[in-house]
Amino acid sequence: MTDLTKLTIAEARDLLKKGDITSRELAEAHIASVEAADALNAYIAKTPELALEQADKADAKIGAGEQKGMTGIPVGIKDLFATKGVHTQACSHILDGFKPEYESTVTQKLWDDGAVMLGKLNMDEFAMGSSNETSFYGPVKNPWRRGDTDTVPGGSSGGSVASVAGFAAMGATASDTGGSIRQPASFTGTFGFKPTYGRCSRYGMVAFASSLDQAGTITRTVRDGAIMMESISGFDTKDSTSVDIPVPNFEAALTGDIRGMKIGIPQEYHLAGMPGEIEALWHQGIEWMKAAGAEIVDINLPHTKYALPTYYIVAPAEASSNLARYDGVRYGLRETVEGGGLVDMYEATRAAGFGDEVKRRIMIGTYVLSAGYYDAYYLKAQKVRQLIANDFKMAFEKVDAVLTPTAPSAAFAPGEKSDDPIAMYLNDVFTVPASLAGLPGSSVPVGLDANGLPLGLQILGKPWDEETVFKVSGVMEEAANFTAKPAEWWR
Amino acid sequence: MSDIDKATVAKIARLARIKIEEDKLESLAGELNNILGWVEQLDEVNTDDIQPMSSVVDAKLRWRQDEVSDGDKQESVLKNAPNAEYGFFAVPKVIE
Amino acid sequence: MSNYRIQGATGDWEVVLGLEVHAQVISNAKLFSGASTEFGAEPNAQVSLVDAAMPGMLPTINAECIRQAVRTGLALGAQINKRSVFDRKNYFYADLPQGYQISQFKHPIVGEGTITIDLGDGQTKDIGVERIHLEQDAGKSMHDQHPQMTYVDLNRSGVALMEIVSKPDMSSPEEAGAYLTKLRTILRYIGTCDGNMEQGSMRADVNVSVRKPGDPLGTRCEIKNVNSIRFVRQAIEYEAQRQVDIIEDGGTIDQETRLFDPSKGETRSMRSKEEAHDYRYFPDPDLLPVEFDDAFIDAARESLPELPDEKKARFVEELGVSDYNASVLVGEKESCDFFEELLSALAAKTGKPSQKLAAKASNWVMGDLFGALNKASKSVSESPVSAKQGADLLALVEDGTISGRIAKDVFEIMFDTGKDAEAIVEEKGLKQVSDTGEIEKIIDEVIAANPAQLEQYRAGKDKLIGFFVGQVMKATGGKANPGMVNQLLKPKLDG
Repeated sequence: MTDLTKLTIAEARDLLKKGDITSRELAEAHIASVEAADALNAYIAKTPELALEQADKADAKIGAGEQKGMTGIPVGIKDLFATKGVHTQACSHILDGFKPEYESTVTQKLWDDGAVMLGKLNMDEFAMGSSNETSFYGPVKNPWRRGDTDTVPGGSSGGSVASVAGFAAMGATASDTGGSIRQPASFTGTFGFKPTYGRCSRYGMVAFASSLDQAGTITRTVRDGAIMMESISGFDTKDSTSVDIPVPNFEAALTGDIRGMKIGIPQEYHLAGMPGEIEALWHQGIEWMKAAGAEIVDINLPHTKYALPTYYIVAPAEASSNLARYDGVRYGLRETVEGGGLVDMYEATRAAGFGDEVKRRIMIGTYVLSAGYYDAYYLKAQKVRQLIANDFKMAFEKVDAVLTPTAPSAAFAPGEKSDDPIAMYLNDVFTVPASLAGLPGSSVPVGLDANGLPLGLQILGKPWDEETVFKVSGVMEEAANFTAKPAEWWR
Repeated sequence: MSDIDKATVAKIARLARIKIEEDKLESLAGELNNILGWVEQLDEVNTDDIQPMSSVVDAKLRWRQDEVSDGDKQESVLKNAPNAEYGFFAVPKVIE
Repeated sequence: MSNYRIQGATGDWEVVLGLEVHAQVISNAKLFSGASTEFGAEPNAQVSLVDAAMPGMLPTINAECIRQAVRTGLALGAQINKRSVFDRKNYFYADLPQGYQISQFKHPIVGEGTITIDLGDGQTKDIGVERIHLEQDAGKSMHDQHPQMTYVDLNRSGVALMEIVSKPDMSSPEEAGAYLTKLRTILRYIGTCDGNMEQGSMRADVNVSVRKPGDPLGTRCEIKNVNSIRFVRQAIEYEAQRQVDIIEDGGTIDQETRLFDPSKGETRSMRSKEEAHDYRYFPDPDLLPVEFDDAFIDAARESLPELPDEKKARFVEELGVSDYNASVLVGEKESCDFFEELLSALAAKTGKPSQKLAAKASNWVMGDLFGALNKASKSVSESPVSAKQGADLLALVEDGTISGRIAKDVFEIMFDTGKDAEAIVEEKGLKQVSDTGEIEKIIDEVIAANPAQLEQYRAGKDKLIGFFVGQVMKATGGKANPGMVNQLLKPKLDG
């Protein structure tokens, strides 16, 4: 009997259709592997009973000839998606005990298609982080280790990537604000996909930075990513920033043919001090593209180096406002002060409820919006953001896609970058620009570094051209033939 | 050029309604200055004729019809409340 | 510039006033959520998860609120901005669930306009409107239900408000009162706000500063949430005097927010050592700019009824209604609606043109009808006598069926019973006697019965004609046609 947890979504879909396996069997196998993966700390809430219920419904659906791509597929859900009646805290203490009376649009779409929820996944608190070390529930361990040393899975979607890489889910929802899908995918040898801003609804997603947040997917293959992305994408009237544009058949874009396509290589992404292995891998990726018939074009994205500082003004500013609702009044944690009043309650609740990184970002955000500083910081950053978006717009007049490394390093050890916030922020140097411009992007696992840790390459596309991103990702995946798997030390 | 001191940190903390202990103010000022000093490199960029980005999405704001389509769910609204009484949210009084 | 001055020890002081009015928009649902806006529901029963600011909730804008703001702007002759932006105004309070209010800061939906106020004696003054913007209302905090706790009801949270900001063009409590009255009338006319200040659907913040004539503007204080026009006038009087007293004592005015206490007639500071609010406005990233075209504005303009000033001008110039009557009638839409319906029915019934009937009709509405309504504490919409019924009554006077005197009695019965005029006249046999023969006969009888008075009259006491008229009316039970009596009596008296 095949280990059902090693199947891809596409393979499972096929076997379910043929009746060779049932959704229930698939769910049971995954419930067991979730249990066995406790050491990774990827799951912070497990929903086995719900999973079995949903699996039975999925089997009925398949029996009735109504199978969709995600029917019967067991998935993990990042803790920032509202799941009705189930733990939803964005891994923060301040949302202690919160169980929403509503469902996020993204997860509702999955349940409507018949997918199966294994549980809620660990993440950096409020999606603020690049290593999943800031979660109230403790850090996530990367299934990939450097010898016997633990490494971080990346963040903020650490639980999402760890569960998929650790075969404790066939796919996972994730979110990307500055790179929180792509960077952890790169650290764990998984395929991460972030759509164009506005492609997926943000309704029911705990908001971090409204103009940047987007839902996306973590899967083990590009095809799986296409299947899952199609399920969660689509216009939603409940989100004013959701765009009414039809969702193409992403899987159909996986033709494997990129002949004549122009792939842009941005000169500014060659960073001083970047590890040689990453440069080499990028170069290897370029060769694969050429071999597949694509044309390589050098492009310039002149404002690249300003993307991170721009992001670290805009995102904290929006976050400082989005997180104001966590005040102990209507839900979550409340800390009252003996003999104190309302303001004391606010201050004590938020001091106790938020972790250090979240507090830092709220403070930065509050400062850059405050009287006297708005023009110098926030307004300036929004102008530079426009310049960054313009850079891409001009580049995309010459090329169809852009190829870069995903991250400036492989996974590092816990604590290695915790002392200096800026060192942590630099993890997102390659992913942040596309976030600021709202572009679709992916990370494809392509190789291992000398320490045996995964490395990924990033592919970016034009707005609404997820199809090209999928197509190029598919070709890259085939060329790289990345079949390495982590040793299952955690069982 | 930012130079946040303890007093400014205390002021920002007040605006953000987060209690920062007196002995943490200094180190937090240092952390914030570090980050702000780093983001200030944006001053190098000439943005004279650039409009700030108003929205990432190139689309029009959609308008909703004026129909009562929501509400009437007092129980759901109060379900997760730390303290609810007689249908109200209960909070400590503001102390003048 | 009005002549209103505060008399201080060191001379006369001018008062400079600006008003910021928060007017709840008439719409079925809230500005950014689909919950109902109706008043008086159970606590937190008209709250959506968006209003309660649950994690992940997002705003979606109500088309009608946009339209109502544009209609209001048009009614004030204001500039309509085809592109406006919503900003977040960030601060913490228990009745502000999001921790920010969605408002408009730099790019409001409506720009500059004017409100023409009536100062009495036909005098008017133009008060500038700076801007109108849309924003969310907050919920309600109740501090008196529990000793240690405040109870919060979010029903009102998210209801659409128009913030209507005046220019500092007012200089007396009367002008401020007139401005509010006129604004309220206009909003009620066009149906964008019901102007109910007691219920809180219209609230005024008053900015007051003082200066010696010719001096630059003084520091202003803001008196928040004054909920009646009378209180606004009182608050201004108190506050202006307070400021003058402080300055003349050698002090300076602290720019602060104050509240008006109606029971004491005083303003007091809202918080001691209140820190200035830093609202950290920035464009709301959950929304896009509001945009619309000329066609939308034109349609909004088409939907406006005739406005009070236009209506008043028409009443005076075309219908011959007196300035005073016209002012009062156009003050409330239901009053002028009643009047116009009555006039139209009266013209139809009598076949006479409106111009010939309007002045009389307006006098009747203002005198008889309003008098009775006031006495019974009823509003025009609660009138037991409808406009059509009033028209029928006046038609009977027009065609001579009854006299004006009898009409008053008939009206009293109509008011008490709701019956039609014709029915009452029939029932009580109140038809006017206009038969010349019959009247002459009675005149002769009266003259014969009062020889002494006749002699006195013929001797020169002209005023005694009144006595004879009275006697004739008495003899006919009041039903003799007075005009005819006068006509026929004199020759007979003169002999």
